[in-house]
Amino acid sequence: MSEASANATEIHAPRVHFETPQASAIGAAPAAAPEPSDVRKYLYSRGNSAIADRGFQWLMVICALSIFAIVALIAFELFQRSQLTWHAFGLSFFTKGFVDSDTGRLSYWDPINSHFSAIPFIYGTLVTSGLALLFAVPLAIGVAIFLTEMCPGFLRGPLAFLTELLAAIPSVIYGLWAVFVLVPLLRVYVNPLLIKSLGWTGLFNDDNPTGLGFFAAGIILAIMILPIISSLTREVMTAVPHSQREAVLALGATRWEMINMGVLRNARIGIVGAVILGLGRALGETMAVTMVIGNTAEIHGSLLANGATMASVIANEFTEAVGDMHTSALIEIGLALFAVTIVVNAIARILVWAVTRGTPVQNR
Amino acid sequence: MNAENTWNSQFRTVKDRAVTALAILATILVVAPLVAIFSYLVYKGASSINLDFFIKVPAPVGESGGGMANAIVGSVVVLLLGSLLGVPIGIAAGIFLAEYGRGTRLATAVRFTADVLNGVPSIVMGLAIYALIVVPQKHFSALAGGVALGIMMIPTVCRTTEEMLLMVPNSVREAALALGLPNWKSVLAITVKTASPGIITGCMLAFARVAGETAPLLFTALGNEFWSTSLNEPIAALPLQIYVYALSPYDDWHRLAWAGALVLIILIVLSVSLVRYVTSRGVLKGAS
Repeated sequence: MSEASANATEIHAPRVHFETPQASAIGAAPAAAPEPSDVRKYLYSRGNSAIADRGFQWLMVICALSIFAIVALIAFELFQRSQLTWHAFGLSFFTKGFVDSDTGRLSYWDPINSHFSAIPFIYGTLVTSGLALLFAVPLAIGVAIFLTEMCPGFLRGPLAFLTELLAAIPSVIYGLWAVFVLVPLLRVYVNPLLIKSLGWTGLFNDDNPTGLGFFAAGIILAIMILPIISSLTREVMTAVPHSQREAVLALGATRWEMINMGVLRNARIGIVGAVILGLGRALGETMAVTMVIGNTAEIHGSLLANGATMASVIANEFTEAVGDMHTSALIEIGLALFAVTIVVNAIARILVWAVTRGTPVQNR
Repeated sequence: MNAENTWNSQFRTVKDRAVTALAILATILVVAPLVAIFSYLVYKGASSINLDFFIKVPAPVGESGGGMANAIVGSVVVLLLGSLLGVPIGIAAGIFLAEYGRGTRLATAVRFTADVLNGVPSIVMGLAIYALIVVPQKHFSALAGGVALGIMMIPTVCRTTEEMLLMVPNSVREAALALGLPNWKSVLAITVKTASPGIITGCMLAFARVAGETAPLLFTALGNEFWSTSLNEPIAALPLQIYVYALSPYDDWHRLAWAGALVLIILIVLSVSLVRYVTSRGVLKGAS
């Protein structure tokens, strides 16, 4: 009892009175509510944090909704500022070229004469992204297979770290290296070889001796999207339960057959998602591509020719755009890029999520 | 079945070995460019890094000497601005996803949109901020560049914050609430504090990613050859400067570009390694 009173004085709370249940049940009048105890009165007097809690929660909700607001704002601004070209060309901006009145040739991008068409850039983006996927997907899946199934334990950590380090290198540095190392290499050694051996396909002709062009851009893009595809493929491969692997091995499969039938088959959807995510990154990549693609708004069949992609033309011409129509055309290209990358990324995320859903975070 | 190797099983063994060899070859082909890039960077950049690089502004074209001090400081300014914008909003969004919205459809939509926003090309962000800030203000500015970078940080910070907060065991939250803490205080002072090493790691990751971005700064911060730290004027940034110098025809500027690239990559590798160290050592398992 003395301890209770000592405690009571320390915390300055009123002394506790316990009400026995019988006393309150028998003695309570049905009409009047029982008088709150001193403890309850004390706690009520302190107030509750309802307002602060609601306020804080709303603050968090608003910040989360800001992500929607950002996407909506980007779309709105891009749409708004490209109105000029929408009104002038409509959808034929993406489908038709122009015939030059003087020479009779087909031209696509002529700021002086206000001829704007996005076709060469769509072509450039498709060609470079296609090349990048062609080079990157086999290598990335090979690395993922090696790291998840074949790698000795002590190597796995460092190699995985190295692959992720590839993803951390900024785009300009890739471009810098490409301009000073890759392009001269292509120009002096690789391109002549390609022209000599594969020139008959029509894909490699020798009109462009600089070493810049779609091929160089495809290679540097492949290096850049490799880590994304590889790490996501590793993630979906580790998400496949071990029981699948063990079942296939129990049936007498070799290691490759186990990987093929047990793991890859189950992870197929996720790997497709990883590849599409890599495609999404390749579509939007700007700096490294701008530095090696040669920046010519024309369509050529040769892979060694100069060209331009949607992102590279924006990066090159925006600050020096000739007039409002030029700016508006570039912004419309940006809007198209935005729409395409959103769709591609959404598809990819759905595919990857469908495969890794339900796996605990620690297992990945 | 006798124990001799049938042709089929021999073929299967050969296939297995071939695939193993191909996988090893793929790994070598992937690691090779990385090693090539790094070693070339160090080789070309190391000779140009001296004290001048860090304290001098670029010299006029044709003169030797000069450095990239304005670019380094400009990068710091723009990144600070971006972090001021992106980190609080990102952490708040992550707190919503983990604490208040867990399991709701709104949270799924926010998570999905954040991932999609992550994939939007940075040059498109730059275009949007140009239309939003630069055009009304009628001049390029460091503020616009900071906003562009900040918006790019939000999805990354949000997702990593959510992941770290989900790792805090429920018992910690329940204990705080049982002791009479208001909900908001429990979230901030207990849950977020427990996960704070991981959250800081996520912020560093976003910071490292955004530190190397050039495209959003092309039409917002624009770049500046002279010393400037004002928020209302164009400002230089390290990746921007590297881009401009790399495409120029002057050898001196090429040397500076290599040196700048080396500085940038060292900073980024340091942050990524630090992030890896923190996450692998389990420091973020703050509840235990």
